Amino acid sequence: MKNDNRARREYIARRVAQELKDGDVVNLGIGIPTMVANFVPPEITVIFHSENGFVGIGPSPQVGEEDPDIINAGGQPVTILPGGAFFDSTVAFGIIRGGHLDIAVLGALEVDAQGNLANWAIPGRSGPGMGGAMDLVSGAKRVIVATEHTTKDGRPKIVERCSLPLTGGQIVDLIVSDLGVLEVTPAGLLLKELRPGVTIDELQAKTAAEIRDKP
Amino acid sequence: MEKVMTAVDAVNRVKRGSTVMIGGFLGVGAPQQLLAVLAKQMINELTIICCAADYPHNGVGRLISAGLVKRAILSHSGTNLEIEARAAAGEIEVEFIPQGTLAERIRAAGMGLGGILVTAGLGTAIEKGKRTIEVDGNSFLLEKPLKADVALIKAARGDHAGNLVYHGAARNFNPLMATAADLVIAEVAELVPVGEINPDQVMTPAIFVDIIVQTTGIEGGIK
Repeated sequence: MKNDNRARREYIARRVAQELKDGDVVNLGIGIPTMVANFVPPEITVIFHSENGFVGIGPSPQVGEEDPDIINAGGQPVTILPGGAFFDSTVAFGIIRGGHLDIAVLGALEVDAQGNLANWAIPGRSGPGMGGAMDLVSGAKRVIVATEHTTKDGRPKIVERCSLPLTGGQIVDLIVSDLGVLEVTPAGLLLKELRPGVTIDELQAKTAAEIRDKP
Repeated sequence: MEKVMTAVDAVNRVKRGSTVMIGGFLGVGAPQQLLAVLAKQMINELTIICCAADYPHNGVGRLISAGLVKRAILSHSGTNLEIEARAAAGEIEVEFIPQGTLAERIRAAGMGLGGILVTAGLGTAIEKGKRTIEVDGNSFLLEKPLKADVALIKAARGDHAGNLVYHGAARNFNPLMATAADLVIAEVAELVPVGEINPDQVMTPAIFVDIIVQTTGIEGGIK
């Protein structure tokens, strides 16, 4: 079960990594999106952006070699690659807002057939807040949602219309889940790919929105 | 004009009920010593403006855990359950602002702009009470400048005049906040004579900084 869970998360991360192109500037959210960095195809170079103030995120440092002033947006120690640069928060978000960020990869509480995303507020709780998510989804050239297909108790996260407070309206381009890949189109969700072993019936049964098959 | 003083003397300039901007991102780049000293004073009813609520005993979390905060304007609180508990109990009023908008509103105040136009938050609950302005057929939210009575910031290196240099991702909100408060108190890890910092390398010019406190190392480091 644990291995299965890991394999499903790895499928998502690996599949998102296939969407990246040589030279792309990419921001990865926390959770599954962070794992995407481990699966970048070796033949391309991608520049990772961190909204707390740098481009050129490198791998995790060796134990004992952490620089306490270099963390990613999730608070974990990271490194900066040769050629990277630090800057203040207005530049970090100017990169996002100004059209200099090619792809943002984020998680979801809910995502819907119109490309609306909800991932920042839970009714009944004051937090956790949106952090940089609203700026990312409104500014990035392409928004990819990387998420498990259902909640822990089996309810669909991909729905006809989000019921939770929105992070952004009509901003999601692609949804990559542990069951497959869906493109958000003006006509709704279009199936791009099924994870090997998954049938379209299973995918549809676990999705609370209509999915059109590839023409 | 001597700007260097002790953390206690500096923090005592903060008045009860003040609006205080605090630099840092999850504690990195937070003025830990100023916050640790402030948390021991009975200067309460503060409104804080910061990127995130950090952790209960790190960064701005020190002020929240000490019960000094009545209002928090920030982008994220998910790392600090203490602020959520206090918000649920009605002790702290929390206002969430998208992080890039928060940074740019602070910059707008410091740079003398009347407001900024952004798309972050369009089509969400953030729109409530705000004007939507169309420019060349595109919609934007009007966001107003955000300033404070006091800014507490942190730099890796500073000179006696107040020129500052930051290190790594500890820069974040610090240089912005240095421009947007009536009183700017900078905590520096290394204090050097005027002239030691190459003017080409200065990240915050001294004219923005009113008070300099050198970190003693006691409660000055990060977690």
